Amino acid sequence: MNKPLIATTSLAGCFGCHMSIMDLDDRILQLIELIEFNKSPINDIKTLSKECDIGIIEGGCANSDNIRLLKEFRKNCRVLIAVGECAIMGGLPAMRNNSASISECLQEAYIDCVSVQANDEGLIPNDEELPMLLDQVYPCHEIVKIDYFIPGCAPRADLIWDVLTALISGKKMELSYECFKFD
Amino acid sequence: MSILITINGREYGAESGQSVLEIATDNGIYIPTLCNYEGIKPQGCCRVCTCLINGRKMTACTTPATDKMVVETNNQDLEWIRSTIIELLFVEGNHFCPACEKSGSCELQALAYRYRMMAPQFPYSFSARDVEPAHGTLLIDHNRCILCKRCVRWRPEPEAPGWFVFVNRGHETRIKFVHERAADFNKSLAQAAMNICPVGAIIRRGKGYDVPIGRRKYDKLPIGSDIETKERS
Repeated sequence: MNKPLIATTSLAGCFGCHMSIMDLDDRILQLIELIEFNKSPINDIKTLSKECDIGIIEGGCANSDNIRLLKEFRKNCRVLIAVGECAIMGGLPAMRNNSASISECLQEAYIDCVSVQANDEGLIPNDEELPMLLDQVYPCHEIVKIDYFIPGCAPRADLIWDVLTALISGKKMELSYECFKFD
Repeated sequence: MSILITINGREYGAESGQSVLEIATDNGIYIPTLCNYEGIKPQGCCRVCTCLINGRKMTACTTPATDKMVVETNNQDLEWIRSTIIELLFVEGNHFCPACEKSGSCELQALAYRYRMMAPQFPYSFSARDVEPAHGTLLIDHNRCILCKRCVRWRPEPEAPGWFVFVNRGHETRIKFVHERAADFNKSLAQAAMNICPVGAIIRRGKGYDVPIGRRKYDKLPIGSDIETKERS
């Protein structure tokens, strides 16, 4: 039997959840025995080359490229897991949702902020190559169907291990209290 | 007057006038609560302590026990009601747990842990709320307020009025610090107010993140386990 294929990506996240996967330490060697990685920052494969069994999403949707990638993952992954607070509720990037409009955010980031230097013309990046920022940051499950959620910021490595091994082996998840945290 | 009350099929002796919640807690039965706080008059506004009392769904914190009362504290239906209330509170405000000073010691978060809330089933509202520098010693973050009214009902001195009031109505209801008496407010009162708040809405200035992860109130054991261990001992 072929090993299950796993693809992972980070949308509007900080790669902290991927760091948490690395935090599996020596168990990552066991993981490699159990699964094979497709597109992932872990092996630096940039594109989804075939249909995967499990897709792991870190981060919410803050721009048009996040939406495109999330939809691509949904289309090509049998099981999609939202990992971390940003994927589940938008997280830190979503703090703009309830406090400022997108134009106010850009104004602050590129013109008004005290740390802005060398922008005398008051330019706000607007190249068509750049992904379009969304009106607000969306949790992944408000864009596509998500099958499982792993909370945490970042989720504890033990929790990721618990979920992945349960999913691959068909065993019941333990979800120990000490691993189950939102921060 | 002594009465007999049946909780989860077992009979307990109690005094009339005690609330169902008090009797359950005394006997090591944990009923989840949010708006209730020991020493503050119960209000029954969060509905998290909803139990089946004589066949009806009623709040355990405000229902006085009567003789031969039959109470069920835990069944699938009640657990569903409770976890749904928790989920609704999470989407109604802006609860960014990773950025909150109260994270790890927050009762709302602890209840979500207890019910293993992976993600709320409702869409997030991301409602526009302010952070208010209410006093030299105090911040009010309205994003996190669940309007449990604990701070409004709180009376540090029984005869004196409280330090917080409700303003506005409906979904615009907010807690407000009573500025007229600000001169009498101090650091220790600010700390007491922060402790009374079940979430991170009332924060003492200059305080926060002072307990390391792993040693916070609900890091190791779920909320209510102190009450439940009483039963076992």
